[in-house]
Amino acid sequence: MAARTEHSVAASFKDAAIAAVIALALFGPLVGLRTEVTTGGLFLSQRWGDVAIAVAVVFVGRLLLNVFVFKTDRPATNLFSGMKLSAGALARIGPVFGPLMLGLALTLPFILLYGAPSQSRYYIDLGILVLTYVMLGWGLNIVVGMAGLLDLGYVAFYAVGAYSYALLAINFGWSFWLCLPLAGVLAGLWGITLGFPVLRLRGDYLAIVTLAFGEIIRIVLLNWYEFTGGPNGLNNIPRPSFFGLEFDRSPEGFAATFGLEFAAIHRIIFLYYLILALALLTAFVTVRVRRLPVGRAWEALREDEIACRSLGINTTTTKLTAFAMGAMFGGFAGSFFATRQGFISPESFTFIESAVILAIVVLGGLGSQIGVVIAAIVLIGGFEIFRDFAEYRMLVFGLAMVLIMVWRPRGLISTRKPTIALGKAKAIGGELVGEGRG
Amino acid sequence: MEYFLQQLINGITLGSIYGLIAIGYTMVYGIIGMINFAHGDIFMVGSFIALIMIIALGLTAGSAIAVVILSLLLVLVLAMVLTSAWGWSVERIAYRPLRGSFRLAPLITAIGMSIILQNFVQIAQGARVKPLQPIITGGYTVMDSNGFAVQVSNIQILIIMTTVILMVAFSLLISRTSLGRAQRACEQDRRMASLLGIDVDRTISLTFVMGAALAAVAGLMYLLYYGVIDFFIGFVAGVKAFTAAVLGGIGSLPGAMLGGLLLGLIETFWSGYFSVEYKDVAAFSILAIVLIFLPSGLLGRPEVEKV
Amino acid sequence: MTRWTKDPVLTVEHLTMRFGGLVAVNDLTFQAGRGDITALIGPNGAGKTTVFNCITGFYKPTEGRLTARHADGRTYLLERMPDHAISGEAKVARTFQNIRLFGGMTLLENLMVAQHGPLMRASLFGIGGLFGIGSYRRAERAAIDKARYWLDRVGLLARADDPAADLPYGAQRRLEIARAMCTGPELLCLDEPAAGLNPRESAELNELLLYIRREQATSLLLIEHDMSVVMEISDHVVVLDYGVKISDGEPEAVRNDPKVIAAYLGVDDDEVEAVEHEVEEVEREVAR
Repeated sequence: MAARTEHSVAASFKDAAIAAVIALALFGPLVGLRTEVTTGGLFLSQRWGDVAIAVAVVFVGRLLLNVFVFKTDRPATNLFSGMKLSAGALARIGPVFGPLMLGLALTLPFILLYGAPSQSRYYIDLGILVLTYVMLGWGLNIVVGMAGLLDLGYVAFYAVGAYSYALLAINFGWSFWLCLPLAGVLAGLWGITLGFPVLRLRGDYLAIVTLAFGEIIRIVLLNWYEFTGGPNGLNNIPRPSFFGLEFDRSPEGFAATFGLEFAAIHRIIFLYYLILALALLTAFVTVRVRRLPVGRAWEALREDEIACRSLGINTTTTKLTAFAMGAMFGGFAGSFFATRQGFISPESFTFIESAVILAIVVLGGLGSQIGVVIAAIVLIGGFEIFRDFAEYRMLVFGLAMVLIMVWRPRGLISTRKPTIALGKAKAIGGELVGEGRG
Repeated sequence: MEYFLQQLINGITLGSIYGLIAIGYTMVYGIIGMINFAHGDIFMVGSFIALIMIIALGLTAGSAIAVVILSLLLVLVLAMVLTSAWGWSVERIAYRPLRGSFRLAPLITAIGMSIILQNFVQIAQGARVKPLQPIITGGYTVMDSNGFAVQVSNIQILIIMTTVILMVAFSLLISRTSLGRAQRACEQDRRMASLLGIDVDRTISLTFVMGAALAAVAGLMYLLYYGVIDFFIGFVAGVKAFTAAVLGGIGSLPGAMLGGLLLGLIETFWSGYFSVEYKDVAAFSILAIVLIFLPSGLLGRPEVEKV
Repeated sequence: MTRWTKDPVLTVEHLTMRFGGLVAVNDLTFQAGRGDITALIGPNGAGKTTVFNCITGFYKPTEGRLTARHADGRTYLLERMPDHAISGEAKVARTFQNIRLFGGMTLLENLMVAQHGPLMRASLFGIGGLFGIGSYRRAERAAIDKARYWLDRVGLLARADDPAADLPYGAQRRLEIARAMCTGPELLCLDEPAAGLNPRESAELNELLLYIRREQATSLLLIEHDMSVVMEISDHVVVLDYGVKISDGEPEAVRNDPKVIAAYLGVDDDEVEAVEHEVEEVEREVAR
């Protein structure tokens, strides 16, 4: 054993040296030579110090990893094995964690208002943002996690919802509560229209076509000036009212009616509860539908489409219902986004949004409601923590996506809970659960 | 007619660039069945490396013709080598640990890698667009009638020639060499290939290296043709090239080239005759229509449903 | 007029299936009788699974007519129906040669999915179920009872809440049959149900199939390439070779058909003739 350890140290150095050489090849030109745009054309500024740092970091990092993890008989990661989230442990905390999170979500604005009044607005806004992504994640989870259909253009339905609400509210002056269901229905109809021709495509073909649809919708929004305002977007989208009571200083406003002193935070808190309610509606409907034949058919479709067909399940309509339902919740989230921002433009609906929502679903664990919540908090919340390093935060975001995925390829919570049981329902290990080919 | 001819030439040029990138997608898809979302950004990295090399060599349109040719060859080789290192590293870090696991996991790491590469280049090279003075100028007038001259520029000739040469070399590489054979074996059945003594990891790595090298060529061509790049060009080019690969039938090398050409032509003709704004819509719509009627693309092997 | 032509549950007429230039099934005609266990046998590559895939709608036949006839006299032209309707309406269910279970779902869930059609209608296509209407709850209880019954039948009730992928091979085969039976079929098509089973599992399977024929209003059509399995339980055997029917009749008759023997032993045509000649001679001698 001793001999092997010695050998390991030498090998570790060699391996780290190779890594350093590769790092030099990678970073040498791109970091060491920076193209500067000047009036006389392009010239290069040199930053070899940065390259040296980068290469040193790679060398030391790789060496430490080699010595303590890869090329040793007792990897340091074993120390953490006790802490590793086993499927069983997660299943056990699941029932507690859910209600705990719900309780926290319900009381958060008040905790913040009394706990940290000066920061409350920022944190409630952050809560709204996280909840929006939770809702989008739950909506996409129906399509990707349950039905196993890879949708890379989910943002299209978010956009349809947002623009539907904005256009209906601006042009007809309809209230939020009328426009919200209409926007959802419109998004769902778009889901059916787009889904119908392409849902018989398999796997990555479906992925690229959904991506293409997402881009088509964005390009149309960008270029149809008369209708959508083009790149300038739509301004002055009406704010939602509290069942007819506006959040303003007027005597008929929300604050005056309830005898409160007017404060801008009222609207923020209202928006927070609005998105919370919408998200919970999504979760409630999803959990309910999962136990219905249509939900079971979605999951069966993910497991084996051919078997489904042999059991009398019309796979086209089953896929369409999943697609339409996912789209509808995306549409709800979109109209919420529009009313919250008061301004929308095609810039908010780029592919990267679809990618982030998909990442939340996959990182959380396909089909897992709680997993989506955790992933949304980690990704979106974590993204906010890095806001002081604005330049680097997308870089860190990408790194986090890669690292979490490599660490847990099946997502944070990969177990599946049966929808029905004769005795006690037992969680099913993620490795048995299908991932869909559609 | 003249206008048509001009659009045809422009379309083939654009299609060549798409085709070169599409080969990277199609090879990776063929061998490990994943969408390498970061490939478009590898192309972007390639064009940045090429830009840096061109400036470092002080290459301008004023240089002597022999110097230009030699320097460009040097730039091409350097960009191919250095970009390959990026392609290799991306596979090593983000895809290899996930080999044989969940299908969606490498897709997410690929998207993550795409975000990393974009933002890395943005930080390292700045967010501003980089305009490069044209290096290869001039061209030929093929036809001149009614005051409308059909032109083929030297750079267009260069791009089309390079693409043709690379395509031929590449087809030979895949069909004649042991590496190509190993690749095709891994496409068919990875486990069996490894049982027969093929180093599967190495073969897959080499696939990424080759894809990245071709992307670097496309990067240089793009840079020389359009004369302006930024850290975001990878996304659009990547999506288009992937579309091209799917259009031609993913997994098929001639399909990738054909898809690239078709996509380039569709875009150019749509822009020329209808509207520039909706050229992407036209390209994507044609993709959707083709897939609806030919679910495995133009040259892809139809997937027989095993029951 | 034989038994199966009098009351057929399935009539296959002039079925031809071509894949490009390859003729997998050529002008096949046969009938499967109600209440029978009909076996479709033949060497590997004879086109048996192709016939199944045509019957159950996974392939559209190049030519030919496939008619399912229910006990109440209603008929269904299978070649014109989409695959899900063949199971849902024509009540022709099937299993697969490579078992296709929903591995990540429990046994009970597998059997619930099989009752999709009736449950969908009871839940008013999901909308009623969302609000928990009574008719859906009753239908769900009935579905659970049916699933429980079949799990008990195939001896897997104790594992009802385990994922299907965890079952051993033989149990997976039985579960697949139970799942197909949950669709309430008039005709159940089994694709090599005995493949990969040990002798004891094989015997259990035979018992299960005989039970289905005896107690349920379900006729069986099964594919086998192992003749010994077939002969024990079949009432009627159809033999395919290179996509062509070479024999059709009671098991005993088929067993002695020289064409079948030749197909299984792989002898040349002139040898078959020689064998036929010998057989004729022997028969003449016996007659004398």
